[in-house]
Amino acid sequence: MSMKVIVGKGSCGIAAGAAKISDRLAVGIENSRIDCDVSVAGCIGMCYLEPIVDVIDNKGGKKTYVRIDAKAADEILKSLLGEPNEAEKYEILDEDSKNLRSQRRIALQNCGLIDPENINEYLAAYGYKAIEKCVTSMKPRQVIEEIKTSGLSGRGGAGFPTWFKWEAARNSPGDKKYVICNADEGDPGAFMDRAVLEGDPHALIEGMLIAAYAIGADEGVVYVRAEYPLAINRLETAMAQARETGILGKGIFGSSFSFDLRIKAGAGAFVCGEETALIASLEGERGMPRIKPPFPAQKGFWQKPSNINNVETYANVPWILREGGAAFAAMGTENSKGTKVFALTGKIKKGGLVEIPMGSTIKDVIYGVGGGIREDKTFKAVQMGGPSGGCIPAELIDTMIDYKTLAATGAIMGSGGMVVMDETTCMVDMARFFLDFTCKESCGKCVHCRIGTKRMLEILEHITKGEGKEGDIELLEDLGQQVKGGSLCGLGQTAPNPVLTTIKYFRNEYEDHINHKKCTAHQCKSLLTYEIDAGKCTGCTLCSRKCPTEAISGEVKKSHEIDREKCIQCGKCAEACHFAAVLVD
Amino acid sequence: MSCCRENKTAWTLQDPAIDPVLLEPTLVKYAEAPGSLITILQRAQELYGYLPVDLIAYIAHRTGIKPAKALGVVTFYTQFRISPVGKNLILLCQGTACHVNGSAAIEDAIREELQVNEGEITPDGLFTYNNVACLGCCSLSPVMMIGNETYGSLTPEKAKKILQKIVQHEKAGGATA
Repeated sequence: MSMKVIVGKGSCGIAAGAAKISDRLAVGIENSRIDCDVSVAGCIGMCYLEPIVDVIDNKGGKKTYVRIDAKAADEILKSLLGEPNEAEKYEILDEDSKNLRSQRRIALQNCGLIDPENINEYLAAYGYKAIEKCVTSMKPRQVIEEIKTSGLSGRGGAGFPTWFKWEAARNSPGDKKYVICNADEGDPGAFMDRAVLEGDPHALIEGMLIAAYAIGADEGVVYVRAEYPLAINRLETAMAQARETGILGKGIFGSSFSFDLRIKAGAGAFVCGEETALIASLEGERGMPRIKPPFPAQKGFWQKPSNINNVETYANVPWILREGGAAFAAMGTENSKGTKVFALTGKIKKGGLVEIPMGSTIKDVIYGVGGGIREDKTFKAVQMGGPSGGCIPAELIDTMIDYKTLAATGAIMGSGGMVVMDETTCMVDMARFFLDFTCKESCGKCVHCRIGTKRMLEILEHITKGEGKEGDIELLEDLGQQVKGGSLCGLGQTAPNPVLTTIKYFRNEYEDHINHKKCTAHQCKSLLTYEIDAGKCTGCTLCSRKCPTEAISGEVKKSHEIDREKCIQCGKCAEACHFAAVLVD
Repeated sequence: MSCCRENKTAWTLQDPAIDPVLLEPTLVKYAEAPGSLITILQRAQELYGYLPVDLIAYIAHRTGIKPAKALGVVTFYTQFRISPVGKNLILLCQGTACHVNGSAAIEDAIREELQVNEGEITPDGLFTYNNVACLGCCSLSPVMMIGNETYGSLTPEKAKKILQKIVQHEKAGGATA
């Protein structure tokens, strides 16, 4: 076999420079006439090591090189030519490859390994075997039964049993039914759906085919965020190839089952992650939720029975049908089966995508696969479930990853965003940040959500500006409960969670802000005071030149002073000072 | 905007740069198809860069949707703009990971370098600066996108240098970076 160079080209890889690296390698290989293919793969999940290049030699052996820049690419080229080289320097460390092996990959099984733009690579990895098995040897009811055995539940946030939705859609009367994929991944800090769309789009297509067969649908729609152009692109390519191969279309695998798929690009609205809002958006309307019932399984897209799952949920389906529901259910805990993908970000050393069996602990993720906190600072909390979730404090780090135990902390499993925070993160500011998001994204239908989130945000803004009053915390708690109770959809019902959990676990920080006008994490600028350490100041005048309000005075080569009255706490002086002479408190 | 019930045959739009003929193939394909308003609006914005109110009225007229409803859809979604954008559109990620890793400092740097507020266009028309929720490149946070290029692991200085480079490039008469 000929040699092969594979460049990881997910959005994150490309942002880290993968496109330039792959061009450089392709040109180098072309010029030196080596017998070597240059291929692409999606995201392997080790975003902290991007750009990543795999080299498969002519005996099938594989070497992985990481953090590749132009120089490293040239070294790899030399190694391909058999010239003396330093490529070894860029080889992946044992601990990193062990990290990858320690995961259990089902939804991400092909991500980063196969070329997402080539259907043959998916086929070679047992692709479309599951749908073939379904249409040739299983009845739709048996397919639903297999999903029931697996215990698969919705990976988008709510965690609703997948088989139940499928069965409801199957049992709804009607000759026309739809299968819809929610790929409007809106939680800031979650990007596993994008990774599947970019790295293994055929897995989604196959999952949707199986769902369509199970419920009796012949048409599907994938609702993708417009912010994911590469994902849309790769999915389009995959769909075209599936059509050419006869996997999408009429009479699939010689059966009477027909199905086709189209993409609808979303236009940017977080609330469209809610099923009924998503359907409204698909129909060209403002994406506003409506009262359920009727559920989409009864009256969905164009009033027809429709099944909606998210990308990760569908991506699990082919594996379950291939390996059996029992194999999936063998992983996990009593009430959470299988694996879950997490997007590990924030103040973490090894950020990226991680897929682990349910029942692992938060500690396993953060200190195991995640490698701990950046600069070895102190772990403070992890935000799980995005704006609908909550902050889990350091003392609960041994909490098991399971729908029930996570919910008991006040956070949720959600879509799987895990934003890690250290001692420099202010929890009040985090709560304000999430409220700012949900307040902007509230569709405005329910009064409690529309106005309640706004009032909560105002209180939080006052607190972070040092204008907090006694009673603010209680008012936030009260308002939070009312917004939860008075909202129609999940957005409003969960919007107060980040505030309520931070109050629950970090009440002292709120009190510091309100009573002592102090932000111990040094994030709330209005609460900081700046002072110059006369012993360290060299009188270089840099800070006084940077100060926008001329609050700093002093002669050259003599210690400077800050006028508190004039200071607007912008922090420019501390940023500018080369001698750490500006003290911030 | 003139009365929505008026049955016009010839439409002239205020912005001379907008030629409705370019949208014709999209309208032919989608105007009659139910539920296609968002698709048509997306294509129109791709063509013209923004959606002026009279263009929205024109699309409403062609699709048989009430102009108020069409405007309602436009203003609901963050993707749609009703005023023109600069040659380079800056999208600064305000996702959670970026926030935790200091996107506020990047925001200050952009404001300072370009003297522009969020949602505004620079006087020279070179840049429009918008904040966006998560771009999905969380491990490279803080991140911004300019055009189709993503810039990761930003610091205020790095962000300023990137902007300065684009300005230089534009002044030299180069194509969009």
